[in-house]
Amino acid sequence: MTNSEKNRIKDKAFQWFGITCTIIGLLVLAIFIGDIIAEGFARIDWKFLTSYPSKKPEKAGLYSAMMGTLWMLGLTAIIAIPLGIGAGIYFEEYAKKSRMANILEINLANLAGVPSIIYGLLGLEIFVRSMGMGTSLLAGACTLSLLILPIIIVSTREALRAVPNSIRQASYGMGANTWQTIWHQILPASMGGILTGIILSLSRAIGETAPLIVTGALAYVAFVPETPMDQYTVMPMQIFNWISRPQHGFQVNAAAGIIILLCITFLLNGIAVFLRNRWQKKVKW
Amino acid sequence: MEKLSIKDKKLEAIDLNVYYGDKQVLKNVNMAIKANTVTAFIGPSGCGKSTFLRTFNRMNDYVEGFRKEGDIIVDGKDIYQKMVRVEELRKKIGMVFQKPNPFPKSIFENVAYGLKIQGIKNKKLIEETVEKSLHQSALWEEVKDDLKKSALSLSGGQQQRLCIARALALEPSILLMDEPASALDPISTSKIEDLIYELKQKYTIVIVTHNMQQAGRISDNTAFFYMGDLVEYDETKKIFTNPEKERTQNYITGRFG
Repeated sequence: MTNSEKNRIKDKAFQWFGITCTIIGLLVLAIFIGDIIAEGFARIDWKFLTSYPSKKPEKAGLYSAMMGTLWMLGLTAIIAIPLGIGAGIYFEEYAKKSRMANILEINLANLAGVPSIIYGLLGLEIFVRSMGMGTSLLAGACTLSLLILPIIIVSTREALRAVPNSIRQASYGMGANTWQTIWHQILPASMGGILTGIILSLSRAIGETAPLIVTGALAYVAFVPETPMDQYTVMPMQIFNWISRPQHGFQVNAAAGIIILLCITFLLNGIAVFLRNRWQKKVKW
Repeated sequence: MEKLSIKDKKLEAIDLNVYYGDKQVLKNVNMAIKANTVTAFIGPSGCGKSTFLRTFNRMNDYVEGFRKEGDIIVDGKDIYQKMVRVEELRKKIGMVFQKPNPFPKSIFENVAYGLKIQGIKNKKLIEETVEKSLHQSALWEEVKDDLKKSALSLSGGQQQRLCIARALALEPSILLMDEPASALDPISTSKIEDLIYELKQKYTIVIVTHNMQQAGRISDNTAFFYMGDLVEYDETKKIFTNPEKERTQNYITGRFG
């Protein structure tokens, strides 16, 4: 066998290896989703979406959990987005290279890898106890904000870095100061990337359970929160609660809840992809 | 070369040393540039000519490790003094870069940007300025019907003329050009060169170029840099026909570079 034949076979082999890996990943996901749909899809109706939890599985619904998740998402967004973008802008556009900036950067990278339960404990100590927020929506949202801040900061920085330096130079060269350059040129040009990061981080936040268990999300909530200081539950908590019950009816409820949670996550990710494509088309260097 | 009186000196460098970290990129440069002339900086890559150009509008301030000794005088004022506001300085000194770098916005917005950041809101004034600037940069006829089009849809040569218009909109008195035609085709290049010739009436132009013929065609004076030294600075005619230094002669005739 000649060398070029050998190389060709190697090339083919690797191609098949890659295809196999992809199929395994997709297959597992497909089986999982298929199984969940088969079990829970029939359970989803208007009543399921608008009922409070109940002792009887066929009467129980997702209403309070969905409302809790909406509240949580909104509050987390309000807290995390300005902080994340602000910090990202500081790191990328203002911070000079110094030891302090280096230490901050390393810590930022570390934060992104901290298990979510640790954030929960931090939130419990700081927000729930020290700051006296109690087991409220606000305490949960602050905790989740901490959790997704590193993601927003990192993706904001990447989006800012993708704006070519020639744009900054052009703007500075015309007498713009740093803030004008950021506001008029850098932010509009990097908005697609920043939005994508925000949405992906929020879609991570709505799936989080561990930190909210620690900061006191309730398992059984038969009311809808009206202020940020109210107690609450969220969809993953409700699903977890149902799934840990022996009755088959609750298992079905859990599957139905998972489908809805997945739908929301896919929807958010879909919006992220759409925004990315749209902005990429608009801005071509 | 004629001696300039203080009044005639538009730009001046006095005993200028520039360092990037430990590396010295400009060595004791002294040079005075007369108003309403075109001055070309030539020399091999890395000789410090672009760095020198950028000291005049302080664009080197953003380069890590930048440090300078000596003075840069613009219109009789030391521009590196603490009280000087770079933003004001750069309104007076327009800059055109090597690669056309229009903002990813409309043609109109590109030219209006300088006015916008100065807080000028008068629509009529902005429209007039945009039109005037595009006329000056010889782009008006080509774009007058679609000012709303993205600047990125223009050709490279048009983009560069847009960048010139953008700089002119601030009505600077000095124009710094860092190899403005090096990324362009010959036809666009000749348009830019014609433009520089026109603009000389009103502006003091300093241009960095790698193109010997270009320097010969468009400039009144030429400065040859080598390894951070200003080797020779004289009238372009003289530099190209009868330079004093052998090194200049060798570079111009293409024996090294």
